Amino acid sequence: MIPAAFDYTKAASVEDAVTALAAAGDDGKVLAGGQSLLPMLRLRLAAPAMLVDLGGLAELRGVHDDGDALRIGAMTTHDEVMRDPLVHEHAPLIAQAAETVGDRQIRHLGTFGGSLAHADPAGDLPGVALALDAVMSVVGPSGVRDVPASDFFVDYFTTALGPGDVLVSVRVPKLTGWSTHYEKFHQLAQSWSVVGVAAAVRRSNGSIAEARVALTNMGVTPVRARGVEEALTGAPATADAVADAAARALEGASPLTDGTASAEYRTQLAPVLTRRAVMAAGGV
Amino acid sequence: MTRISMTVDGVRYDDDVEPRTLLVQHLRDRLGKVGTVVGCDTSNCGSCTVLLSGTSVKSCSVLAVQADGADVTTIEGLAGADGELHPVQTAFHEQHGLQCGFCTPGMIMASVDLLTENPDPTDEEIREGLEGNLCRCTGYQNIVRAVHAAAESMRTSVPSTPEGAEAAEGVTT
Repeated sequence: MIPAAFDYTKAASVEDAVTALAAAGDDGKVLAGGQSLLPMLRLRLAAPAMLVDLGGLAELRGVHDDGDALRIGAMTTHDEVMRDPLVHEHAPLIAQAAETVGDRQIRHLGTFGGSLAHADPAGDLPGVALALDAVMSVVGPSGVRDVPASDFFVDYFTTALGPGDVLVSVRVPKLTGWSTHYEKFHQLAQSWSVVGVAAAVRRSNGSIAEARVALTNMGVTPVRARGVEEALTGAPATADAVADAAARALEGASPLTDGTASAEYRTQLAPVLTRRAVMAAGGV
Repeated sequence: MTRISMTVDGVRYDDDVEPRTLLVQHLRDRLGKVGTVVGCDTSNCGSCTVLLSGTSVKSCSVLAVQADGADVTTIEGLAGADGELHPVQTAFHEQHGLQCGFCTPGMIMASVDLLTENPDPTDEEIREGLEGNLCRCTGYQNIVRAVHAAAESMRTSVPSTPEGAEAAEGVTT
């Protein structure tokens, strides 16, 4: 299957990309690694008139230490993210989740920013970004702005990015004294999550001081499981307490039925995976 | 049309392509590199795997324009100039890591990439490493055997240290 014809420009700078995208309006599309976009173009689920390729922008690639946070360039590939020593030290949840994206070949080209901007409900990194309170740095026609993950994912495959906007990097606060885990359930032949749970836990004297939990594919966007977090705060670090808290995983969730699983099935899965994720993260 | 140049199997090519041209189309239809096959056309099966600047990619999911300036290695570029097969090709042959052979170009390219990173993988690491490649015939048993055999052959024949060089000499003499 061959994509519909489109115009193509390789951006020489972020400003160049913004200009080209703004001119194309709703008919423009960013090409990052292309690992979600290319299959969509071939199936003609997407047919943009103009593709703006960010592949030449070395400044959008790499992980940087910004003091109390990491700054991950949007064009950093999954393979680079999952091997990066700074990510392993300060945001191992991202490395763990990135390792589960697609397969080797896809991870060699697919990018961290591309996955976030694509905002597939079954994609793993949006939920992780939400759990970690990541902040997206966006350059658009009116300048630079920061969009917290909680405002970034707005609907099914839809983000706060408008025409002319380019996601350039993601700021991830370092978690010191926390431990994390990404629990993913997927079919063996497909790496998209049926349901996934990103959990971060800070323990103190045998109890859970704080927790952050976000769910993948339990709605049109990733969902922050605030009820679970509330129940875990100050709870004893025991299997029973975690199970009780995990039972609140469905608060705020509205899972879809798709070709992979029914909403009912996802409703059964989410509390189970939440319990496992928190137990693993908290060493319970 | 967009002007691109890429090196494929050691030869540089300059071409004008439509931006929508897939890398695999360019390799097969323009450059005649038909050793790289199209299996599923949905980026699932991995039959079209090639090395793009040294790492494995699915050439059905890359635009030719994205590979502008890159160095591409296909299954046709693995053998030596004298026709001597790459150790991974030899291993797939000797261990019969195929039945119909359709997935084989991609399996071999993905295995080459895996062994570059991990010269001595376990069974599990091989199966994980090849998760992007589907074989509908073999049940993967002989493919895993072939990758083990290739790994062993490459470890003993490619001297990476002075001791390795001595050991390799010892094997060949």
